[in-house]
Amino acid sequence: MTDAPFILDRGESLWRQRVSQFFAKPSAYISFGLLVLLLLIAVFAPWIAPQNPYDLAQLDIMDGRLPPGSKSMDGKTFWLGTDEQGRDMLSAILYGLRISLFVGVVSTFFACIIGASIGVFAAYKGGKVESFVMRLVDLQLSFPAILIALVLLAAFGRGIDKVIIALIIVQWAYYARTVRGNALVERNRDYMEAARSLALPRSRILFSHLLPNCLPPLIVVATVQVAHAIALEATLSFLGVGVPVTEPSLGMLIKNGYDYLMSGKYWISTWPGLALVLAIVVINLVGDRLRDVLNPRLAK
Amino acid sequence: MSGPILSIHDLKVEFGTRQGVVKAVDGVSLNVYRGEVLGLVGESGSGKSVTGLSILGLIDPPGRIASGSIKLEGQELIGLPEHELRRLRGERMAMIFQDPMTTLNPVLRIDTQMIETIRAHEKVSEKAARSRAEEALKRVGIPSPAERLLTYPHQLSGGMRQRVAIAIALLMSPALLVADEPTTALDVTIQSQIIAEVQQLCAETGTALIWITHDLAVVAGLADRIAVMYAGRIVEEGDVDPVLDHPRHPYTYGLLGSAPSNNRRGEKLAQIPGMTPSLANLPPGCAFAPRCAFAQEDCRVVPPALTHAGSRAWRCFHPVPDRETV
Amino acid sequence: MLAYLIRRVGQALLVIAAMATIVFLSIYAVGNPVDILANPNADAKEMAEISARLGLDKPLWEQFGLFVWNALHGDLGRSFVFNEPALKLIIQRMPATLELAFVALIMSIVIGIPLGVWAGLKPDAWSSRTIMSGSILGFSLPNFWIGLMLILLFAVQLKWLPSGGRGPTTNLFGIPVSFLSWEGLRYLLLPAFTLALYKAALVIRLSRSGTREAVLQDYVRFARAKGLSPTRIVLVHVLKNIMIPVVTILGLELGSMIAFAVVTETVFAYPGMGKLLIDSIGRLDRPVIVAYLMMVVVIFVVINLIVDLLYAALDPRVRLQESEG
Repeated sequence: MTDAPFILDRGESLWRQRVSQFFAKPSAYISFGLLVLLLLIAVFAPWIAPQNPYDLAQLDIMDGRLPPGSKSMDGKTFWLGTDEQGRDMLSAILYGLRISLFVGVVSTFFACIIGASIGVFAAYKGGKVESFVMRLVDLQLSFPAILIALVLLAAFGRGIDKVIIALIIVQWAYYARTVRGNALVERNRDYMEAARSLALPRSRILFSHLLPNCLPPLIVVATVQVAHAIALEATLSFLGVGVPVTEPSLGMLIKNGYDYLMSGKYWISTWPGLALVLAIVVINLVGDRLRDVLNPRLAK
Repeated sequence: MSGPILSIHDLKVEFGTRQGVVKAVDGVSLNVYRGEVLGLVGESGSGKSVTGLSILGLIDPPGRIASGSIKLEGQELIGLPEHELRRLRGERMAMIFQDPMTTLNPVLRIDTQMIETIRAHEKVSEKAARSRAEEALKRVGIPSPAERLLTYPHQLSGGMRQRVAIAIALLMSPALLVADEPTTALDVTIQSQIIAEVQQLCAETGTALIWITHDLAVVAGLADRIAVMYAGRIVEEGDVDPVLDHPRHPYTYGLLGSAPSNNRRGEKLAQIPGMTPSLANLPPGCAFAPRCAFAQEDCRVVPPALTHAGSRAWRCFHPVPDRETV
Repeated sequence: MLAYLIRRVGQALLVIAAMATIVFLSIYAVGNPVDILANPNADAKEMAEISARLGLDKPLWEQFGLFVWNALHGDLGRSFVFNEPALKLIIQRMPATLELAFVALIMSIVIGIPLGVWAGLKPDAWSSRTIMSGSILGFSLPNFWIGLMLILLFAVQLKWLPSGGRGPTTNLFGIPVSFLSWEGLRYLLLPAFTLALYKAALVIRLSRSGTREAVLQDYVRFARAKGLSPTRIVLVHVLKNIMIPVVTILGLELGSMIAFAVVTETVFAYPGMGKLLIDSIGRLDRPVIVAYLMMVVVIFVVINLIVDLLYAALDPRVRLQESEG
């Protein structure tokens, strides 16, 4: 392994090349910038929100259901209006975004790791193990994700942790399939043959040789999947089986506003919805760009 | 009318590609007379198919007809509005293509595809159109045509399908039929049957025929005249026998030499050295010069003009000496 | 063919049995419906009585055995809340959901194919780019929020359409349907459109790529050489070729539409079996949840089975492979 530094160097320049490729399109700056902005908002929500929407002491029921731009009893402005408990919608959205992104990112991260490991393992083992795993993947993917998540949450009950577990179970199959498809191609390549003939331990072959080569398509799928996970979480919370009332995500906020929609109090549902849409669209745009850069074969 | 059925003058067709503008057809002139069969010969990429498609006005972007004139029965086709061109297509001029597997629409029955052709040009009843379609199938040698009308293309063999395509092309008794390698995809036995049938049908109706092919053997048995294309230009033209017996252009000479034949059994097959040039960067002089055994310095400076001699013409500074047999 | 049929039906039954086990265990293992059903002031004795009446005091394996035995006799239990057979409740709500799904399916074809064909014929036009961006949004935006915005626009602001519920029904072969009257159709439009959006995006993509492929085919060139009008070429030659795959795929998607109707029905307070499912989850009415899920699993398996068998019947190559394999 005397040439390791050389490989490292080449690896670095490859990634640098991909970064500059990513930003070759000016619109990539906008979508990437927006994504960073959303992430920063999510992380620093407690410090930038005008109020802590879940500290009941800060709420005044007299401020309930005020339209955007109204003044509160003590003179503050509610730029996006208030909900039925007099909660500032802007603050609620900042906190909600935090929860939505957290659920999306964490569930995707673990689903990706678990699914990819199972996929690599299946592809490497081959034979009965592989066909069993792929049967399972096919069976799961033949039912809509929303249905599986509903069953799981009906069983688990509400809770952020439970939503995350349900989303992991729903998503792992995508990664298993993606990785297995790529691994099938990779395992017949020369470098795999070389690794096998060096009698490297199986785990080493799997994780330091096979997996890195499956990484680019995995990153692309995972990025877009974060957006799907966020949308799915919002849907589940809207249906009342997702996050609990005490820790509302954007979907939960939309559900709260749903009851007031008919009486024309549009802002309680509309603003969280727009925040949700913005997050999903931005993640999808970044995902599209990543796909163009990392895997031209997958491009439309 | 005693003039030519089809008269092409200085036709130029360009394709905009990433490497710049490519001249797929560069100054082609041709005349085809009533009842005549013209063999248009060349390798793939020589511009022979593009010439055929331009006659029908079927060049799609990024391609376009840059300049020149195409007259069908005296009427100028270039610049004609699309709806008038459409009226002529299928009625006065028709075209058949190489692969009979894909020429017919796989999800439409044969009768649909035939009747729609008649009714696109004439106001006739469905019933009258159907009996004409049946008649047309019978003419191209399809047994029990009434039943065949009710089948889908995949239920027919390749030869049958090409016969159907020919029947469709000849439905309206066009003045001109452009056949773009219609027998290349078929078995040799079926190939010769179909050639014989087309020849006979065109002779009966006086339809002029342009037969586009890369196969000199086909042209030898079928055509009255031959035009050989290379890199978008006609390099040699004339009556079929003199050209094939005594080619003057080195390219025609090379093509004849590379065709397998009976009288040189056991000998090594001659080849034209090198590759067909990329149309994107042709040499400044004669396009064939880099591959030509007869080429000299002047060949690489400017492209040669056509040299006429009687009914023949060739585009070469140093033609193959006359009367030398191949 | 017969062997293939038997094996395929056997596989389908196996999937249904496996799903039944998973569904039962996951729904019955967690939560105690007695807490919700019983009067908050009930003492331990009353709770035990309710528990015994619902059969919840028995060990899990015994409950499962009973469930399987009853399920085989077409009995999926009684609703804790309505005290009626769960299956009957589901079947009562089924026509509403099926009607919604079918209308949405037709809408997605009517919207998706023309837009997709247009985008395929003129891939570089700004209108086509707009259509394709729209279809990406249709794929990625949360469907329920689009539904809410449609309610806000058409029901609250413009007051053109009702915001939810199901309109008056008429009986068609004994099944209550609402699409036969204008008033009933008014109630269907928004929920069906919302449900159709996601599939319309799919249809747009399928028909666009199908069209782009078709216009390059020889048969289109030949049709032009025959002197046919562009209208006829697109409407007959191209459309007929892309319709077959699009309709096949959509048929397969009918099941997922029924499942996704859960969300649409909740948004529009539409009394279908999806709304019943969400209500039952909220009330921990286990038998109804299980009955719904079993119904959906059966619908899925049956649709897949029918499609597979149709393929085997139509395509001789599939039959050949199966008998060799």
